[in-house]
Amino acid sequence: MATSTRLSTVTTERTLTPKRSGKPDPTAHLDAEQVEALGRELDALRKEVFDSRDAHDAAYIRRVIKVQRSLELGSRAVLLFSLFPPAWFVGTAGLSVAKILENMEIGHNIMHGQWDWMRDPKIHSTAYEWDHASPSELWKHSHNELHHTFTNVLGRDNDLGYGIMRVDEDQRWYPAYVMQPVWNFFNACFFEYGIAAYDLELGKRINQGTLDDPEFRADVRKVLTKIRRQMTKDYLVHPVLSGPSFFHTLGANMVANLVRNVWTHSVIMCGHFPEGVETFAKDSIEGETRGEWYLRQMMGSANIRGSKAMHVMTGNLSHQIEHHLFPDMPSNRYAQIAPRIQDICSRYGISYTTGTLPQQVASAWRQVIKLSLPDDTGAAQTAALLARGAATGVRRRVGALLRSRRGGPAGPRVTATVTEPLPVAA
Amino acid sequence: MPLAAALLRADAGGVSDRVDQGRAGAAGGRRGRRLGATLQRLAASAVTPLVPGDYLDLFAPLRAGAPLRARVVQVQRETRDATTLVLRPGKDWAGHVPGQYVRIGVDVDGVRRWRAYSLTSLVDAPDGLVAVTVKAIPDGVVSGHVARRLRPGALLHLDQATGDFTLGAHRGPTLLVTAGSGITPVMGMLRNHLHELSDVVLVHSAPTSSDVVFGAELRAWAAEDRLRLLERHTSVDGLLSVEDLTASVPDWRERHTWACGPTAMLDDVEAHWADAGVADRMHTERFRPTVVATGEGGTVSFAASGAVVEADGGTTLLDAGEDAGVLMPSGCRMGICFGCVVGLRSGSVRDLRSGDVTTAVPEDGIRIQTCVSAAAGPCEIDL
Repeated sequence: MATSTRLSTVTTERTLTPKRSGKPDPTAHLDAEQVEALGRELDALRKEVFDSRDAHDAAYIRRVIKVQRSLELGSRAVLLFSLFPPAWFVGTAGLSVAKILENMEIGHNIMHGQWDWMRDPKIHSTAYEWDHASPSELWKHSHNELHHTFTNVLGRDNDLGYGIMRVDEDQRWYPAYVMQPVWNFFNACFFEYGIAAYDLELGKRINQGTLDDPEFRADVRKVLTKIRRQMTKDYLVHPVLSGPSFFHTLGANMVANLVRNVWTHSVIMCGHFPEGVETFAKDSIEGETRGEWYLRQMMGSANIRGSKAMHVMTGNLSHQIEHHLFPDMPSNRYAQIAPRIQDICSRYGISYTTGTLPQQVASAWRQVIKLSLPDDTGAAQTAALLARGAATGVRRRVGALLRSRRGGPAGPRVTATVTEPLPVAA
Repeated sequence: MPLAAALLRADAGGVSDRVDQGRAGAAGGRRGRRLGATLQRLAASAVTPLVPGDYLDLFAPLRAGAPLRARVVQVQRETRDATTLVLRPGKDWAGHVPGQYVRIGVDVDGVRRWRAYSLTSLVDAPDGLVAVTVKAIPDGVVSGHVARRLRPGALLHLDQATGDFTLGAHRGPTLLVTAGSGITPVMGMLRNHLHELSDVVLVHSAPTSSDVVFGAELRAWAAEDRLRLLERHTSVDGLLSVEDLTASVPDWRERHTWACGPTAMLDDVEAHWADAGVADRMHTERFRPTVVATGEGGTVSFAASGAVVEADGGTTLLDAGEDAGVLMPSGCRMGICFGCVVGLRSGSVRDLRSGDVTTAVPEDGIRIQTCVSAAAGPCEIDL
């Protein structure tokens, strides 16, 4: 019945679907036999690493957890005296690093099931709750299941611009995207709340007008409970414990959360937005085999080159390509297999996108800025499109408002301004 | 949130119980309790989404209120394949009755594996230490690790002692029939109760004299006439039959008998005692079978929903369950999202990607991905 074709490496034929832009399928140069061989090679590599997991790997994650918790405790203790500037700086820096480690190398990776094999109930994907606005249960669904399965498939993977941005030229342009560099900046500052809204599929719910769906409301309650607890901790309990340093600790915790938001946002932007990363047409994944899925993961992800410390601070998402091939492989092993993945890529003629952190962040931002404007249009044309879009939007909104005054169904009508494609200059 | 809340509650409960004990009888008991509960809530809200215990574990893994653990204090070689572990259990260790066993979780090659071992130590040892004796079985993952690699200082995980293979109030004529590591629960009884027992016969089987675990201690007791010891060295004398046993202990019917050893031996003595109409005087202890039959496919039972299906070795448990109408959690259906993880209560399953077989018994708490696992023999799923 519903057995996924992705469980099988057997590839007999290849269906290539061109994208809207007319760009060719980036995997077109490989025939079915080659794709099958690629799948088998990667399966064998996976097995090799998984069979060699041992006490050293277990010691690694336990050490990271110990360091992170000690650092967090120490930093929060120092912040009790944050009235004194040196204490404020040391405590804020320590807490920022601790919060980043917790979300990236610990939380993200545990929730991927990378450490389930240890059978430690405290380090298990079904039990771990992270220091984040979005409850792990919701995040695991939208991230592990949707994003990792449908990586970079246009119309299926909402991580491509999070539904608020256009990060690939094959995504349709809407006038609202002209503001996306600004959205992206705000999203970076408040990233954990952006993710919580994203995991709730808030945008889709608003568009569909299904905000009163009971399941959605239950999820909202979960998110609000989590946010309340998180905020109570950082913005009430610890400041109160600091006594005369109340406002200094409050500020320190805000800064630490801001630093983590900007850092994680930057790292995650580098995963799929930089130039050179491929996207795929919706129809291209019909009957996709394991080899084809691997192929898509490799071409749809980008790495970050850098020091060991940088890799740990990104939760090894700097090895995004390796992570997307094997999301449940312990993160400390990605560096080990990276040269072999790179070799496989070169043998099969597949791009292996990588660069330093500044290069990749700049590249992702360039995409966000460049794609905020429609393709192949001059300034005057863009201005005309924007003006027309704005006029349409205003007209429809006013219409909707009038209708709702008269008691008509306002909700669904408003969606028209968002979903209906506007003419893009050919 | 339900999980986090449950953890918070569980932790808060643990600490306030302790506060109760500490302040029992004090005049300001109620106020103290309230203060304790308030402090506990404050601590919980300062470390959410973790619990205070997660931080305390860094410094005091054996403290009261922590999940039960034990520190290895000493590793003693008993025979060429038997090793005694002397352990300092956590503060919440509730003690044991001689003859009982304890489940111990050992991290072997990074994987936590639980095994049951009989306690051999004195129940009221002044240093509060307990001991178990582990016999290495061929290819035994845990027993091999204990015999060769475990060192003092290691932290183990522990359950409370359990089991009803104990003397109870019995102090009359006693027959003990043991073989191999079956001596371990009996050793726990003898060390604690031999001075109260007047008439003890121990019939013990081991391949050779030097394979007898606790041999020196047992022979010393025999030399002092504190018990009658009949050693059977099976590499020379062959296996002990029921006839041999009853011939060497003619008054076996009058005695209460405790037997522990291989399944075949226990089956034989139980049948013989039952035929003689004295089954109520026979007490046996069976160790967990170490060999579990595995194959391709098998009967899959879903514990909560009651569904039972036959699945072949190529059908995922997820598909098998869905076909049987079980409400299966699912996600990517390719083994990457961990949205389908559920408990494997018992039995064996095979990972379709790697071919690796995972086997569980009910207390193990092992969880598996149903979308990439197929039955490898009969198995029971927690759904």
